[in-house]
Amino acid sequence: MSSQEFPIDKQFVVEGKLSENERIKGDSNLLRGTISEDLTDDLTGGFTSDNFQLIRFHGMYQQDDRDIRAERAKQKLEPLQNVMLRARLPGGIITPDQWLAIDKFAEDHSLYGSIRLTTRQTFQFHGVLKPQIKLMHQTLNKVGIDSIATAGDVNRNVLCTSNPVESVVHQQAYQWAKKISEHLLPKTKAYAEIWLDGEKVETTEEEPILGNNYLPRKFKTTVVIPPHNDIDVHANDLNFVAIAEQGELVGFNVLVGGGLAMTHGDHTTFPRKADDFGYISAEHALDVAAAVVSVQRDWGNRVNRKNAKTKYTLERVGVENFKAEVEKRAGVSFADSRPYEFTSRGDRFGWVEGVDGKYHLTVFIENGRILDYPGKTLKTGCAEIAKIHTGDLRLTANQNLIIAGVEPKNKDAIEKIARDNGLITDGVSNQRMDSMACVSLPTCPLAMAEAERYLPSAVTDIEELLAKHGIAERSIIFRVTGCPNGCGRAMLAEVGLVGKGPGKYNFHLGGDRQGTRIPKMYKENISEQEILEDLDLLIGKWSKDGQENEAFGDFLIRTEVVAPVVNSAKDFYA
Amino acid sequence: MSSPTNQAVVPTAVLNDSQWTQINNAIAPLNRDQLTWMSGYLAGLANQQAAGAIAAPTVEAVSSNKKLTILYGSQTGNAKAIAQEYKAKAENAGIAVNLQNMADYKAKQLKNETHVVVVVSTHGEGDAPDDAVELHEFVASKKAPKLPDLSFAVIGLGDTSYEFFCQTAKDFDQRLEALGAKRVADRVDCDVDYDSAAEAFIDQLTTMLKDELTAKSQSQVVQLPGLSTVSSAASEYTKKNPFPATLSESLKITGRDSIKDIRHIEISLEDSGIQYQPGDAVGIWFTNDPQLADEFLSLLDIDGEETVSLGDESLSIRQALIDKFELTLGYPTFVKSYLETAPNAELQALFEDKNKLREYLAERQIVDVIREFPAKITAEQLARALRPLTPRLYSIASSQADVEDEVHLTVALVEYDVDGNKRQGGASGFLSNRLDEGQQVKVFIEENNNFRLPENPDTPVIMVGPGTGIAPFRAFMQQRAEDDAQGKNWLFFGNPSFTQDFLYQTEWQRFVKDGVVDKVSLAFSRDQKEKIYVQHRLLENGEEVYQWLEEGAHFYVCGDATHMAKDVHDALVSIVAKFGNKSEEQAEEYLTELRKAKRYQKDVY
Repeated sequence: MSSQEFPIDKQFVVEGKLSENERIKGDSNLLRGTISEDLTDDLTGGFTSDNFQLIRFHGMYQQDDRDIRAERAKQKLEPLQNVMLRARLPGGIITPDQWLAIDKFAEDHSLYGSIRLTTRQTFQFHGVLKPQIKLMHQTLNKVGIDSIATAGDVNRNVLCTSNPVESVVHQQAYQWAKKISEHLLPKTKAYAEIWLDGEKVETTEEEPILGNNYLPRKFKTTVVIPPHNDIDVHANDLNFVAIAEQGELVGFNVLVGGGLAMTHGDHTTFPRKADDFGYISAEHALDVAAAVVSVQRDWGNRVNRKNAKTKYTLERVGVENFKAEVEKRAGVSFADSRPYEFTSRGDRFGWVEGVDGKYHLTVFIENGRILDYPGKTLKTGCAEIAKIHTGDLRLTANQNLIIAGVEPKNKDAIEKIARDNGLITDGVSNQRMDSMACVSLPTCPLAMAEAERYLPSAVTDIEELLAKHGIAERSIIFRVTGCPNGCGRAMLAEVGLVGKGPGKYNFHLGGDRQGTRIPKMYKENISEQEILEDLDLLIGKWSKDGQENEAFGDFLIRTEVVAPVVNSAKDFYA
Repeated sequence: MSSPTNQAVVPTAVLNDSQWTQINNAIAPLNRDQLTWMSGYLAGLANQQAAGAIAAPTVEAVSSNKKLTILYGSQTGNAKAIAQEYKAKAENAGIAVNLQNMADYKAKQLKNETHVVVVVSTHGEGDAPDDAVELHEFVASKKAPKLPDLSFAVIGLGDTSYEFFCQTAKDFDQRLEALGAKRVADRVDCDVDYDSAAEAFIDQLTTMLKDELTAKSQSQVVQLPGLSTVSSAASEYTKKNPFPATLSESLKITGRDSIKDIRHIEISLEDSGIQYQPGDAVGIWFTNDPQLADEFLSLLDIDGEETVSLGDESLSIRQALIDKFELTLGYPTFVKSYLETAPNAELQALFEDKNKLREYLAERQIVDVIREFPAKITAEQLARALRPLTPRLYSIASSQADVEDEVHLTVALVEYDVDGNKRQGGASGFLSNRLDEGQQVKVFIEENNNFRLPENPDTPVIMVGPGTGIAPFRAFMQQRAEDDAQGKNWLFFGNPSFTQDFLYQTEWQRFVKDGVVDKVSLAFSRDQKEKIYVQHRLLENGEEVYQWLEEGAHFYVCGDATHMAKDVHDALVSIVAKFGNKSEEQAEEYLTELRKAKRYQKDVY
């Protein structure tokens, strides 16, 4: 399918001067730019202007250690530039051999020596210097991993509800996630050429689905298996909600146009939930995925990047028009949605036995940062497990790790390694397990406030507040994100903090535990201390006046502390 | 057609043939400095004639040399966008505009500006954007010049939901005023929705500045800045009569994880009249660490207040140890005197084996000898055994064409351990740790006519300067940039690690960006398994190096004498042999000829 086949309806296209990123993509020779030339420039550890953007399409961001940026500027040294790599790992599944390869690379060739599990169900290397970048891609390639299109204006890593081995449906859902990821992948050979020293391809290439200018903005896709909403459908552009009959996956409800990113001070931007387009049978999944992507490709706003995501396209053209175009392009009609319900989002920690008699161990990784800490050698522990494990490892969208498919005979040995290295610690509170943060400082160039480094102490403070009010066993979905871009998905939390400046956050309240309600801004640009003071007051009220099993976010809505966000475009800033 | 050195196309309209020949004969033997002086002298003569009302043709400037400089400091690109928009509008109105990112702008240029518009954003808790940090600090620092001739305006970008809204813009506004500059229009502070406010302000500014900046100006005299003060006479300050200069900056320029501690030192020569040239060295008189003096006193059980006489001067032994004696090097004459006072068989044996003694002293200071071979000697005996303090020479890392009355140095802090005791180099410890900014340091210039840029600005230059050996090449490039010299420049630099030890990295990046430096070849020895040094980079680029030499390039080496300079020389021999089809002997001859022609120069230590 290509854009030629479908005449573009001009009334749905935003006219005007195209944004700078459109020029960059258009001039890039299908994502090649002059990246190869930059690799041989040893005067700088960074990439030059266009390439700085283009490497994102290859799964990397140029970053630097922001803690020492000013210090180095004085020292007449450029920022400590390096790249962060985000792997493509549909559904978050990785084999023990792959794990050992990435463990070694992180150890030997990255500044931080860590493996960072992320909210996109994949891992990131942080702090890889330019001379090591090719080695990094080649190391991954040897074990069958790439980082194509995990960033940039493309369909990114496809998520899938974790622990697929628990049932046949999970296995089928995972296969769809993988197929969709591959179907929507850029077709350019640029990645292989630049990083794997692949042959230069002389023939004219085309991007039949993404288009030669790629998408107007990033695009995120999931496959979700209710009642679990661990992947947070409303944070994603396109969601396939698995519908099963007699234990077999038969089709999907398709949810389009979710997204949490916004821009501080720009009220034309807001977090928005996805719309339910209706049900399709499974065999149409790839066509529908391609159709949604191609409509967004043709109708998405290429003039103003801040309004370029699918959610704004839906707001602008109307859900019905968008849906009709998808039906036309995919050659299918959406049936009425099948009923489903989300009841939870968190991971189920500890051991469970699967249908096939194998065991799965979910371990809590605070902030998803796998590193050897004093007395808590998480990275060594994971590597030791990978050495004896015969199943696979699964990264969850909550930044935790599942050791899946454990043979009964290995169960005790793996349990022992996990305990010896601090991967299983008793007494991690519900609150800690329900808390999450993005990477933020010091590496993320967009970060405005601390997130990962602030989370542990913030959770401790909240634990103390819960204990103080006599409800230590309860928890609040608490998320911190360092900037309004929203990798930490704070806009689907009961208590969400969005970084605004050093030590300052916009304070949002009133999301729900299932991730189906967006929290409203309660106070703007306030300090950590002020947030805790407010929480002290509100948690006190909740413990006293809350109804039985009433979640914190629901309580705040019922008692009108904040108004619910129903229609984001109207309510979010109201 | 190119013209040979020191000659130009005959300006027949001005001079007749015979005048032209006479002038050429007169200037042919002159070197660059003499020519520079001559140009000032002749300009001065022309001035006198003009003053004497002799009919000299007055030159009417056809266009204004005034321009508007727009400086932007942007974090997310908004300030840059506004600055670009302003540039377009101003140019439409006929104003000449120089648009610059603050990060690329030389702060010292400010005092030559007549009209500056600052567009700058503010972040977090009133922080300047990264690109603006340096200039922001500069205008607030004591180094900032008075700016009586400057007209300025400031556009601030910020977010009113922050406490320190547009703080950086406010700072620039206040500081420029405080430096004597004239505000053309009141600052505008733009909120997140900056478009309309900024646009209105830009239109207003453009209208206000249009007449001033597009008016034709008349000038009769071409000013040659600085020349009137240039003196060819030697400075009154010498090694014996050093100038009491002021330390204006001491900055560690190796990264926080570096295994080296290398400092960039700026010393103010203000009011000294001292002139130096790229290639010269500066002599530093230093004092010893008082703690080191105390270590001597306690080891030898000498009362620090005891008086010793040195020539016709009497002072306490403690003060003498600090101010007068060479303590941080090991030297045989001390061992000799020490043995005469306090015989010791083991030390005696060591003393008699000259090779062993040299090795032994190379890694020790005087105090370590006393610690290892304790003895009881008096203050007077100690004073007689010690050598007088000598100043240390450092290759100058700056050109006065750029830094004017400052001199910059690149100093490696010498630090090592002797039997668990931390030892520091005398001068490097003094400059790095014991001297505070604003304090006095006695200096003098040590001329080095054997390390000079080519007289012809078109001659290519190859510079090999690993470690602190980079210092004179920074001076060279500052000079060539100021001279707008057209010759190609190629730097070879090395150090342990790229991220930590790339000395003056951002400056070299700017030199490359500005087209001053054509090639940089880097050797970071510890960034990979095998050690790579500058000589390896030379060999890798052998063919091109030889080609440059054949084109007349000058080849310079600065830095370590014991290993590096020798390895570089060997590399050069093999390059010349290979690409010049010569025997090793012929290659050596080739290099000797280069040396004789002053095209192969070394400053090694």
